[in-house]
Amino acid sequence: MSPTGYAARRLALGAAQVLAVATAVFLLVEALPGDAAVALAGDHPDPTRIEAIRAAMGLDRPGWERFGQWLAGLPRLDFGVSLVSGRPVAEFLGDGIGPTLVLAVLTLVLLVPLSVLVGVLAALREGGALDRVLTSVSVALHSIPEFALAVVLIAVFGVRLGWLPPTAVGVDVLAEPAVLVLPLVVLLARPICSIGRLVRAGMLDALASEHVRHARQLGIGEARIRFAHALPNALAPAVQQVARTTDWLLGGVIVVEAVFVVPGLGTTLVDAVAGRDLPVVQGLALVFAVTTVTVNLLADLVAFRLAPRTGVTT
Amino acid sequence: MTLDRRRFLGLTAGLSAAALTGCSTAATTPSSAPRTGGRLRAAFAGGGAKEVLDPHLANLFVEAARAKAMFDKLADLGDDVAPRPRLAEAWEPGADLTRWRITLRQAAFHDGRPVRAQDVLASYARVLDPKRAFRARSSLALVDLPNSRAVDDRTVEFALTRPFVEFPNAMAAFGAYIVPEGAEDFTTPIGSGPFAFSSFEPGRSTLLKRNPDYWEGAPLLDELEFVIANEESARTNALLGGQVEYAHDLTPTTARGHADGGRMAIHRSPGSAVQAFAMKLDRPPFDDRDLREAMFLLADRPQLVEAVLAGNGQVGNDLFGKGYRHYADLPQRERDLDKAKYLIRKAGAEGLTVALDTSTAAAGMVEAATVFADQVRGSGLTIEVTMGNKDSYWSDVLKNGSLSSFRSGAMPIETHIAQRLLTGSGTNVTKWARPEFDALYEKAVSTSDEAVRAGAYREMQAALHAEGGYLMWGFADWIVGTAPGVGGISTAPANTLDWARFDKVWLG
Repeated sequence: MSPTGYAARRLALGAAQVLAVATAVFLLVEALPGDAAVALAGDHPDPTRIEAIRAAMGLDRPGWERFGQWLAGLPRLDFGVSLVSGRPVAEFLGDGIGPTLVLAVLTLVLLVPLSVLVGVLAALREGGALDRVLTSVSVALHSIPEFALAVVLIAVFGVRLGWLPPTAVGVDVLAEPAVLVLPLVVLLARPICSIGRLVRAGMLDALASEHVRHARQLGIGEARIRFAHALPNALAPAVQQVARTTDWLLGGVIVVEAVFVVPGLGTTLVDAVAGRDLPVVQGLALVFAVTTVTVNLLADLVAFRLAPRTGVTT
Repeated sequence: MTLDRRRFLGLTAGLSAAALTGCSTAATTPSSAPRTGGRLRAAFAGGGAKEVLDPHLANLFVEAARAKAMFDKLADLGDDVAPRPRLAEAWEPGADLTRWRITLRQAAFHDGRPVRAQDVLASYARVLDPKRAFRARSSLALVDLPNSRAVDDRTVEFALTRPFVEFPNAMAAFGAYIVPEGAEDFTTPIGSGPFAFSSFEPGRSTLLKRNPDYWEGAPLLDELEFVIANEESARTNALLGGQVEYAHDLTPTTARGHADGGRMAIHRSPGSAVQAFAMKLDRPPFDDRDLREAMFLLADRPQLVEAVLAGNGQVGNDLFGKGYRHYADLPQRERDLDKAKYLIRKAGAEGLTVALDTSTAAAGMVEAATVFADQVRGSGLTIEVTMGNKDSYWSDVLKNGSLSSFRSGAMPIETHIAQRLLTGSGTNVTKWARPEFDALYEKAVSTSDEAVRAGAYREMQAALHAEGGYLMWGFADWIVGTAPGVGGISTAPANTLDWARFDKVWLG
């Protein structure tokens, strides 16, 4: 199949997936106990007051009517307005996407070369001291959950030693990039390990494969074999892992954003769910769904390009 | 999942903080003499999308603190949770307590316009708008607006629908702020408070600047910035890392870890939040008076205060408002397992299992429920702790279940009764509904005879103490942390005038 036809089919499928996610999210949030009026009433849940808030927000209208209105706005890129604050949802997305995007892009920019480096080094020194050290560090680091690592890093480097700002409280992340260092370390720690391991395994497989042996017999230089023949094959599985990591990053990396108080999409999502602010939750779900579909499509296309022989069946 | 993470974060932060202070130098820096200038950054928990600058919509602590910085009420609550004049310089009820004459002090909004009687009437009309649902509406509901009038620019005469001697409590109600007449758009709010608006990013930061013409004297700080950090550990870390100078609402664990004051100064406000369990009287099993008394006798209050509040609090005596005006000092209840067992048998409740609804909607509630369930063990009654959804908790327990965790901030005892204990109260969790109790309340608020009123309050509280539905086991201190040099932090109960009040604060 040609890459274009493949991409077109995947895009159509993606659109259907996005719509399915939006519907599912709507139904799930409707099923949560309490609505925006209840959440807004907080610890003063006077029933008459909740009724008044509900009427003022239009929550007394049936769910399908509100969902229909929301769907109708989508072609005009109108995501509705926040139930709670009355601000347009697009504004929420715009506010939150900046910090999350900065974190995600920086993480990816550092992640890809670092993990390839780690994986290739380990593969080329298979069984050696370096490989064993890298392997043990990877396994150890990968087993530490993000929030535990974050708490330790904050306590040591932010609070005890005072080298780096412990949180991003009240700071514009672009104006003071130092606040990004600790979150980046936390975000990088586990993906470097998993992707590095995949690159190592792929590289070892490729180096042991028929066509590399054949290339060696033809007398092609070892460096060329490693980086022009073996590496691309080794990267195909890693690229798909990078795509999954990207989803995870754009998903707000809720824990990291919460610990470091980064006002990104993850924080926006947590607040919106807590406030039962349905239009905002729907808008975010849409963003995440579109991102996931796009990123995976790109990854598959790249993998298709890198290792056409393996075929892409998904 | 979120709940577990939050609790884990809180725990680990407490541990790391404690470990860190273990090796820090114990040098306490005393607050310096008051001085002017600087920007104070204060970290509060926020509400993201929920945050607004409309003072009548204030619901969260950060909104209350911001509203207080930019706006004034006619009255506010003092340290004893009794009303103090603010924008109202004086108030004078008529003989029948249905007309109140308020004299406004000379004050101006940030744009230079004077605060006039018309602004007061317009603000109250906005709060009372039947199409809206402002929190202060229930407190101000007895104002008869059509018959109230502005006598002149600085005199308001309120007509009430019934005699009400505690009208100043209503003027001090949560969210009863005075805004300029016609104010509807609060993107750049204009108030008469000590700080004026500079900029606002919802869920992130609010910057305010000194109002040099504040009627009570200009604040010492040049600027005040509210920043948002929902996790307590993040507020603590931001303070320790020098990113903020004030962290609101810290846990007892953090307070204990930093008791030496080397890296942060801890300020406690006693009597700020009552911790309780609420039993519903209109359904089994707690419609049985003996069983309620058994519950009162099963609580080991000192142990709850020690375990849940880490000692940062006082034991309660099943009555709201310890130390507040009109609080009835009745004999303190103690744990009495034998008598409780006898009462449980008498009520025929032996072997009964009761679900105790709780959630992380307020700090300490889950811990208290667990400790109490332990204390009840062996009495014949079994308590099963049930976790509820924290976002809809307060509304859920108002309708469902028979036993739930409860917490409330400070308010006058009269307000507590009016909102929660009258037959028609909007948030009557315990379903306490007694005509004779309602009549006592009416008597208390409609007499100008101080002795009669004190007697009525005492009688109401005696009834609640004997057979009410609130097992109020303790009063938590409200804890804030500041950078060591910050001065002028008050220890007034949360929700009162001096709590989270920054115009008297200076940077050392």
